[in-house]
Amino acid sequence: MDALWYAFSRNRPAVAGLAGLIAMVLLAVFAALLAPADPTAMGGSSLQPPSWLHLMGTDDLGRDTLSRFLFGARVSLTVGALAAATSCTIGICVGATAGYFGGWIDQSLMRGAEFMEVIPRFFLAILIVAMFGTSVFIIIGVIGFLSWPQIARLTRGEFLTLREREYVVAARAIGVGSGPLIFSEILPNAAPPLIVMATLQVSTAILLEAGLSFLGLGDPTRPTWGLMLNNAQPFIRSAWWMAFFPGAGIFLTVAALNLVGDGLSDVLNPRLRGL
Amino acid sequence: MTAPNATLPVFIARRITVAVPMIVAVITINFLLIHLAPGDPTTVFFGDFVPSQAQVQELSHRLGLDRPLYVQYFTYLATLLRGDLGFSYVAQTPVLSLIFGRVGATALLMLSSLALFTTLGVTLGSLVARRPYSPADNVNAVLSLIGYSIPVFWLGQIALLVFSLQLGVLPTQGMVDVRAGYVGWAHVRDVALHLVLPVTVLGMRYLAINSRLMRASMIEALGQDYVVAARAKGLREATVQFHAFRNAIIPVVTILGTNIGELLSGSVLIEIVFGWPGLGRLMYDAIFSRDYPVLMGLFVFISVGVVIANLVTDIAYGALDPRVRRT
Repeated sequence: MDALWYAFSRNRPAVAGLAGLIAMVLLAVFAALLAPADPTAMGGSSLQPPSWLHLMGTDDLGRDTLSRFLFGARVSLTVGALAAATSCTIGICVGATAGYFGGWIDQSLMRGAEFMEVIPRFFLAILIVAMFGTSVFIIIGVIGFLSWPQIARLTRGEFLTLREREYVVAARAIGVGSGPLIFSEILPNAAPPLIVMATLQVSTAILLEAGLSFLGLGDPTRPTWGLMLNNAQPFIRSAWWMAFFPGAGIFLTVAALNLVGDGLSDVLNPRLRGL
Repeated sequence: MTAPNATLPVFIARRITVAVPMIVAVITINFLLIHLAPGDPTTVFFGDFVPSQAQVQELSHRLGLDRPLYVQYFTYLATLLRGDLGFSYVAQTPVLSLIFGRVGATALLMLSSLALFTTLGVTLGSLVARRPYSPADNVNAVLSLIGYSIPVFWLGQIALLVFSLQLGVLPTQGMVDVRAGYVGWAHVRDVALHLVLPVTVLGMRYLAINSRLMRASMIEALGQDYVVAARAKGLREATVQFHAFRNAIIPVVTILGTNIGELLSGSVLIEIVFGWPGLGRLMYDAIFSRDYPVLMGLFVFISVGVVIANLVTDIAYGALDPRVRRT
């Protein structure tokens, strides 16, 4: 662990990414303490440029942009993390089953994954959210359910090689069942590349959620960065601050996650170093 | 032991047998959604439109709602496979003709971006691969990170702000200058000028993806034995680079199909920022009026497009590299 941290800490961009990510999480966690105003309170003067009173200005309904930005961080990060957790759970289960059992089970599961990868998932997400409602739980579920194939493919690949390893063969020989074999023998050894992929799943989930919200398919009761950008679109020429700050929030968070992912991948997969 | 390579026609036939079930599966998803959605299936078709009693009955009869579910399924499947994507009650127009009215604008935007930025990405990637970790390579790495991480519609909004307010050299809204009413070459020039910003904004992500992929694959190719052998033979550096390039470009070809699906999602978002009159605008309006037939029609139409694009790239890949025809 110390050796891993040492290797990671030598990678300056990755450390910067981690610092940025931690900062963003702290802003989200303490949003209620840091926000100068209620993010939904209207009635202030509308479309005010940034000033000492409103550091990020106000929107068309007189709401404080900074407060909405902070609470938006909360929703965007939570949606990203939970959607990635959903897709990783599904992907690991599917991939482990396919890779461990092989044969026709593998064939049919991977055919399903191939199908899910080819269909344009953004458009399916739009259709489902438009039909079933824009609640935040539906959005998390939809993004999670549409993003598992990559994880499944990676898990399967790891399992295909790991199941032939001597320690697995030995464990099977002394009568360890399939369940324990999958979860306590093989999965921990397949973890490093999965951790890297999971980081990237969070960043793509955040981008997907932002895209949906930008199309008006966000939860209207909770400000998210994507929803703020949707609100900003009609005022783009007169009120730049309405679009600038939430977009910068998405960009910085996703960039931080990608830097951390790249850094982890260098540390955990020395084979891939230099690529 | 490896199976012998299939001949190209066999390979093509096999890829088509994979593509057709995908289209059927997409239609099946639509059918499931219609029946799982809250309310009666007819509410899905009418959306916000308030139908008359006669219209409800006519639609229920056409969907076969009084018949068993499997009959309804095959009726629906047959209708869609005939190319009938349904009727938009909100717009009072068949969905397919709504789509045909818009698809040209989206295709122009998307294909210009794909062609331009795939070429640029491949060129950039193979250039920086010659000297990994040089200053030029590091600049490219930073730009790639930005391209990967920036939400495409936000980049569009920023470009719009800068160009419409500060510079004023490029048009930022729509596809043509309606007031000028250009014809002939002046019209082509007008559309080309309107294309510059959306195409560039849309392409940044693919510039990043392609240059990163090309860089990695070119570095790998330049380390292969045949490159060492070619250098040892005293071939000119340009010839050696070309040998490596031909092998390194294969992974870029394989992800072209996937890129097309993602580019379409990007176009939809970009069209809203720049007021581009394509499928994205159609979709945005359909979301607001809860015009589900249009949303379902778009999903089927775009899925078929992506499946065909993947089929074409698979076949191209199989034609370029006989080894992939093995499985």
